[in-house]
Formats: sequence, structure tokens, C-alpha cells
Amino acid sequence: MSFPWAEHYAPKHPFMRWMDEKLPLPRLVYNAVGAGYPVPRNLNYFWNFGVLAGAALGIQILTGIILAMHYAANAGVAFDSVEHIMRDVNSGWLLRYAHANGASFFFIVVYLHIFRGLFYGSYKAPREMVWLLGVVIFLLMMATAFMGYVLPWGQMSFWGAQVITGFFSAIPVVGEPIRVWLLGGFAPDNAALNRFFSLHYLLPFVIAAVIVLHIWALHIPGSNNPTGVEVKGPQDTVPFHPYYTAKDGFGLGVFLLCFSLLLFFAPNALGHPDNYIPANPLSTPAHIVPEWYFWPFYAILRAFTVNFLWVPAKLWGVVAMFAAIALLFFLPWIDRSPVRSANYRPMYKWFFWVLVADVILLGFIGKSPAEEPYVRIGQFAAAYYFAHFLIILPIISRIERPLALPNSITESVLHGEAEEAAPLGQQA
Amino acid sequence: MLRFFGPFIAPIVGLGFVLALTVAFFMPREAAQVTAQHEFHREPMELHLASDGPFGRFDRQQLQRGFQVYKEVCSACHSLSLVAFHDLEQIGFTKAEVKAIANQWATEQPSINPDTGEPATRKNLASDKFPSPYANETAARAANNNALPPDLSLITKSREGHAAYVHSLLIGYQDQPAELLKKFPDAKTPPSLHYNPYFANLNIAMPPPLAADGQVTYADGTNATRDQMAQDVAAFLTWTAEPKLENRHRAGIAVVLFLLVTTILAYLAYRNIWADKKH
Repeated sequence: MSFPWAEHYAPKHPFMRWMDEKLPLPRLVYNAVGAGYPVPRNLNYFWNFGVLAGAALGIQILTGIILAMHYAANAGVAFDSVEHIMRDVNSGWLLRYAHANGASFFFIVVYLHIFRGLFYGSYKAPREMVWLLGVVIFLLMMATAFMGYVLPWGQMSFWGAQVITGFFSAIPVVGEPIRVWLLGGFAPDNAALNRFFSLHYLLPFVIAAVIVLHIWALHIPGSNNPTGVEVKGPQDTVPFHPYYTAKDGFGLGVFLLCFSLLLFFAPNALGHPDNYIPANPLSTPAHIVPEWYFWPFYAILRAFTVNFLWVPAKLWGVVAMFAAIALLFFLPWIDRSPVRSANYRPMYKWFFWVLVADVILLGFIGKSPAEEPYVRIGQFAAAYYFAHFLIILPIISRIERPLALPNSITESVLHGEAEEAAPLGQQA
Repeated sequence: MLRFFGPFIAPIVGLGFVLALTVAFFMPREAAQVTAQHEFHREPMELHLASDGPFGRFDRQQLQRGFQVYKEVCSACHSLSLVAFHDLEQIGFTKAEVKAIANQWATEQPSINPDTGEPATRKNLASDKFPSPYANETAARAANNNALPPDLSLITKSREGHAAYVHSLLIGYQDQPAELLKKFPDAKTPPSLHYNPYFANLNIAMPPPLAADGQVTYADGTNATRDQMAQDVAAFLTWTAEPKLENRHRAGIAVVLFLLVTTILAYLAYRNIWADKKH
């Protein structure tokens, strides 16, 4: 693991030496996020988001465990128990708003983390496994967030659960029995709410475990960097601690500031008013919309409006929505360009930003009601999404002529190449 | 297998999705229907409350007036099930006042007869939640032409537009515009409903609750115009929906100030540590 010039853990205090013999946990930490992990010296602020995602998970687990002490997962009282937290539990409003907005911030930093990986080619060899585990974490996060949103048992909780579990009924023949089996009833009710709570409590710890694997897999090749050129020697790296712990400390401060502004001054800005109405199976909301972080995928789901090739539209939509995420698993083998960083890929760089715009457009469509012109725009945007990953990427990785790469990270830092080396905001 | 994935399999799969979407894209469809709601629904009028903004605090005088409107007007049909009488102490009523309000409340608290076990009612205590004016949903619907008056505890948080929506809705009743009937002859408001452009589908079951100026006589001498009463009750319902708003604002300012200082220190530490490294 790691580079030969990594600093070695040498405990000085007799207690630490004793500890190192019995249980070398400090050594593990030292090698993972301490001075024992050499990191490229040229990482920009986009490399902060991994640590921030970890912090977001920490906030979710901490607030979630305390919320669970006061929440009652029973369809009869769930809604009122949430209001009990908001009104009667000491600082309950803080816990609940932190947890609800914490989910949003978790997704914000993870989306930035993913797009950073896409821009700088962090998914490419030798880091395929890091990327694959990342996609697994993303899927687990989506499942966890969806089930968490059901727990307050408001109108959007209920109807969101109805729509999402309805996906399974798109499977031919066995779909409907599977849906009923998963829900424990014909519609979301107490059985569903209870199992969602159970899984919502379990999955974050599974996520934490996969994060351990994610970091483990990362430490074998070491971190990618803005040039995408591999580390060549000790001059290319700095020890994680204190260099990147300091930088991450600053990043964490900015993150917590943004989080606090939303949490304390606009805690319901990202939520839907309908979720303050208790769940009512007899009254369907005018527009059922998921939380914002699902909007792009919701838009892809709804874009498939016609039966095509004997496959019903609904099944197309469900398959496409899952495929939109599943295709990320194949990305390391779809994009065959040997150059990682988009800074040296003149064509890919443009298509990357078009993809960013396309995903934002899909998000806007997912939020909008299913009527014209939104549906047609959504169909175009969804088609482009698939075209980008499955058609455009294989083609450009073949025909593109990459720019000359710097010989090493140090060279890029010290001789011109200011664009890759400078932090965001100072780029030419 | 993976060798073929990029050049061959991925584009074929991609073409499948793109084709399905292209067909869907060019499929003719009905133009979006223009409805009376589309054209005549209005966004709420602007409303400024003392609780707005990051430094917002409740105007307790206004909340007390709003409570008076709830008590004398709204509570005839609408419950307030998440609020207890003693919560009124937070908006400036004394313990004795709260006790008296609970004791004299028009609807009694459901209970049982301690001797026979038969259903009964008793006078409200300060620790009770506000009782619902109806025994159950069926009774509520029976008394209201099959419409169900919603609970008001969270109404400002559960409606698009929040407090401004409540204010506009209460004073937004009007005759159906002739223009609307000309354009949408089928959209005439049914006899049991009332036209209100701030309501999502324009026709609301609730009759105009604030019919005339001076409907309540404010204890503090404020002139009870319809607009004033609507504003006051909107402010009161903002409090019932978010009673911890002031704690949240206070804590928020402290936290943001703390984080600002910490973040600046963290930035300086970062610059200091990296001072000798070009990057």
C-alpha cells in the first residue's frame, strides 16, 4: 500500500509503542489519513468533497440515531411523532431540520464528488474499483434517502412510496406480486413503514462499511490529481497530514457554513409543503414529485411515453432509470481514452460541460409537471444523457487527439501549467 | 468481454434508448389544455411579518390578536390539534389567562364518565391540546356539505405561499369574473362553493370567514379591518406551525458567527501550512 517514500509510523510515547504492539489502530489511522499517506501536491478544491461526504454521513448518523429515540414508526402516529420532535423534544427541531437538510447536503457534495471524478477521469485504471464502490455507495444512498423520506408519513412520503414501489409492478408477470411482497400489503401502510424504518437505520452503516472499502481501494494506487499524470516520485507528493487535513479543515468550515445558512434560515426551502399534510391514501396530490436529488432520474423515468419494440412505456422508463445509474459501472471500459484529465482532452472537455447542463436540465424537467413542453424537452435531454455515455464517449475516446501531458506533477506545478495547478477561481 | 464493451455493446444499448426516446419525441400529442385554473389562479399577495428574515421575531401583540380571530372565527370549524392551551404562554398570555381561556373554551374535551364509563366531555385544562370542534371526520363532513375543514396547526407550512397564502385566501373572495365565464362556460362555481382566485382550483367550500370589518373587537384597540384580521391570523398560524422559530433564528446567528471565525482560522492555518509548497 502507498508509495515507498511514505513516512513510517514511529510511536515515541511508551504507551503508544505498547498500543502499537497490541492493536496497531493508531498506525492504521496514520497510514490512512495521517502523515503516512502521500498525496499529490496539486489537488484543487474539488478534492475536498470526499471528506465532506464523509462528514455529511457522520451528521446523518448522529442526528438520525437521536431522532430514532423519539420517532415512532407506526402509520397511526408517525406524523404526530415527528411534530412531537419539532415541538416538545429539546432541540428536536434542530435535529430534524439538520437531518432533513443534511440529506440534501450529502447529495450536493456527492454529486460534486462524482462530477469531479468524471472531469478528471478518476474512474480510469488503476482506480476502477474505487469508482465501482463509489457507484455502490451512491445507489445505497438513494435507497436510504428514499426510505427516509417516507418516514414522516406525510402526503409526499406516502405517494412517493406508492410511485417508487410501483416501479416493480412494471416487471412482466411477477412484477405485481413482487411489489405486494416488498410492501407487505397492496398499498404502503404500516408494514411498509416499519420495514422502511428498519432498513433506513441499517443502510447507513452498510454505506459506512463500503466507504471503508472505497478508501482502502483508493489507497492502493493513491489519489488521482488534476493533471491525471501518475505520481513519479517523492517531489510529487505531500503527506496527507498536515497538508490536506488543513485544507479539508477549511473546506469543512465552508461546508458547515452553507449547511447552517439553510438549516437555520430556510429549513423547508428544499422540502415540499405537501409533506406537512398527514398521509391520506384517499387523496392524491396534484403533482407527485420526489426530493430534488432524484429529479434528473425522475425525468428519465417519465420521458418514456410510448411502447416501443413490444416493450411497454412504463417498463422502458423503469429500466432506463436504473440503466442511467448502472451505466456508471461500465464507465471505466466505455471511455477508453488513456488520458485522464479533461484538461488535456479538448473534445471530452466540451462534452463534459454539455453533460452537466443536460443533467441540470433533466432536474428541472423532473420537478416540472408532466405536461408540454416539459415532456418533450425531457425526452430530448434523456436521449442526450444516454447518448453521452454510451455513444459519444466511445467515439471521442477513439478520435480525440489529446494535448501534450506534463512529464510530472511537479513539472506542471513549477513550470507554467498554472491552469491545472491553481485552485479553482484562479484558473486562467 | 469488457474489451468489446466500449466499442460495440455500449453504443448498441445507447441506440436502443435513444431510438425509444426519439419515437416518443416525435409522437404527436394533445396540446396542454388551458383551464380556468391556469389563467385565473393568482399567487398570494405579498405579506410581511415580524417573523420574516434571519433576525425575525414574533410580534406577540399580533399573535394574540391572531389567536383572538382563531378563537372567535376559525375555531368554529377548524381544529388546532398540535397546539396545547399552555403553549399560549409562549405568545405572552399569563398562566391565569391560559387557565381561563381553557376553562371557557366553547368545545369541551372528550372524556369518559368516571362512574359509568360512558363517553362524556369535560372542561379543558391548560395542558390539553385544543379540542376539535367535531367529534370525528364524518361529523365534520356532515356539517360542511361533505367538505373537511383542515386542521390549522401546520397550515402555513403545508401550503405553497405559506402565511401570505392564508392572508390572501381569507380576503380573496370575490364574484366570479365575467371574463372567466365567457371563456370557460363550464367552469361556473357550483352553488355550494365560493369563488376565490387564491385557492388552487378557484372554488373553495369554506364560506368567506371574515365577512366584515369589526367582526372581532380587539382587546388592544387595533382597528379590526378584514385585512388586519387576516394578517393577524396568518401571523398566529405561522407561530402554530413553527413555534421554535425564534430559537432557530437565535441559534442560527450564533452558529454562523462561530463558523465564520472558525473557517477564517482554518483558512489561515491552511495557508500557513502550505506556505512553503508551491501547488
